[in-house]
Amino acid sequence: MKNSNPEYLIFLGCTIPYRLPSYEISARKVLKTLGVKLVEMPDFNCCGFPVDPVNHELASALAARNLCLAEEKEMNILTLCNGCFGFLNKVNKMLKEDEGFRKKINEDLNEIGMEYKGKVEVKHLIHVLAEDVGFEKIRQNVKKSLSMIRVAQHTGCHLLRPSKYTLRDGLDGHTLLKELIELTGAECLDYVDEGECCGNPIIGVNEDIPFQMAREKLEHVKRVNAQALITVCPFCHIMYDLNQPLIERRFNERFRIPVLHYPQLLGLAMGFTPEELAINDLRVKPIELLNSIYNAE
Amino acid sequence: MADAEKLLLCFQCGTCTAGCPVSRFSSFYNPRRIARMVQLGLKDRLLSDAALWLCTTCYTCIDNCPQGVEVASIVRSLRSLSVKERRVMPLISKKLALNILKSGYAYIIPESRIRRRITHGLPHLPRSNLKQIAKLFEVTDFLDTIENAETFEKVEVKE
Repeated sequence: MKNSNPEYLIFLGCTIPYRLPSYEISARKVLKTLGVKLVEMPDFNCCGFPVDPVNHELASALAARNLCLAEEKEMNILTLCNGCFGFLNKVNKMLKEDEGFRKKINEDLNEIGMEYKGKVEVKHLIHVLAEDVGFEKIRQNVKKSLSMIRVAQHTGCHLLRPSKYTLRDGLDGHTLLKELIELTGAECLDYVDEGECCGNPIIGVNEDIPFQMAREKLEHVKRVNAQALITVCPFCHIMYDLNQPLIERRFNERFRIPVLHYPQLLGLAMGFTPEELAINDLRVKPIELLNSIYNAE
Repeated sequence: MADAEKLLLCFQCGTCTAGCPVSRFSSFYNPRRIARMVQLGLKDRLLSDAALWLCTTCYTCIDNCPQGVEVASIVRSLRSLSVKERRVMPLISKKLALNILKSGYAYIIPESRIRRRITHGLPHLPRSNLKQIAKLFEVTDFLDTIENAETFEKVEVKE
């Protein structure tokens, strides 16, 4: 049974409003049409993940504060970012399962008049699409089949691992994004090392290694002749789209692989125009991809 | 430390390093070696090892370990311990933490971008309760650390 009137508190995080409004714009459009009601958080803070390496307790308390704000609204959280999902979900599960940890974090929260009770759940966009909306309803909303294009997907680490926090009943994280892509009619191609990391989290201390990782990914995607790469995480997206020209210059290679947020791809299939989905915000312009879609008739 | 006692179960098979995307590009980062150094109690060497900061948190090592050792979680704990005891952290971490303290967000989002949300038809971006955020920094003992910690910009990879 699918949830006929799903309602979620949308947790935007920092990177999407700061650098990738195109992801938020396209996600809000498709979710609205698919009947998912998004409620704004009246107050929130960074999910906590960026400070986890330097202070685990602070990071967890920041995450827990967001969870408490959702508890006050009595609503589950929907994130668009893998980093926010991974961290809020992990801290939520640790707080539910580990009494000692919950006691410690609640002592911190008590100082700001809050208490974590463990009443909400955290989901990523792709979980809501699969579990609440359902494949059938998505299929019904596809007005323009994208059967003329071939793409590849990159799900991103924090939706896949550690599996003790990311496994969900009835869903296979490694194939879910593929299935969602195929609902649009597009072919989703397999390639080598699909689950491999984008490298973005260490780019602040070392550019060499992440750029080599991203270059390898783009090579693998190019080798199967994918016309675009589809992402569901702002960090992965920045690595492959915004940084693609840098990677091309650094290694003297030419990729020109457009990287679309999944809701942009789905939005095109649902009949939204490229303008409505902020597709022109992409660094690598998907000119040939759009030509294939609109000139196929 | 997260399930630290599990580290005793590590028999140095090297599955973590074999599957680590960072190790594939640089032998400077070697999770198997880090696990061994922890077993041997080489605390000073570990805490001053710049390679600690190269883990991307892809968590492949955690899912691959046949003994259930959470190598990436151990690396995270070592990073925190290093910051606490040596008072040194990456500049980027300090910047992100200061941004959160000042604005609630990991970046200082320019007013122009906040205003542009209206043109895009996006809802207003809420302001965080900064008093509460500052309090969380204080009670987790991080205000002083962040003001006084030394920073380094890059991790130089030595092969």
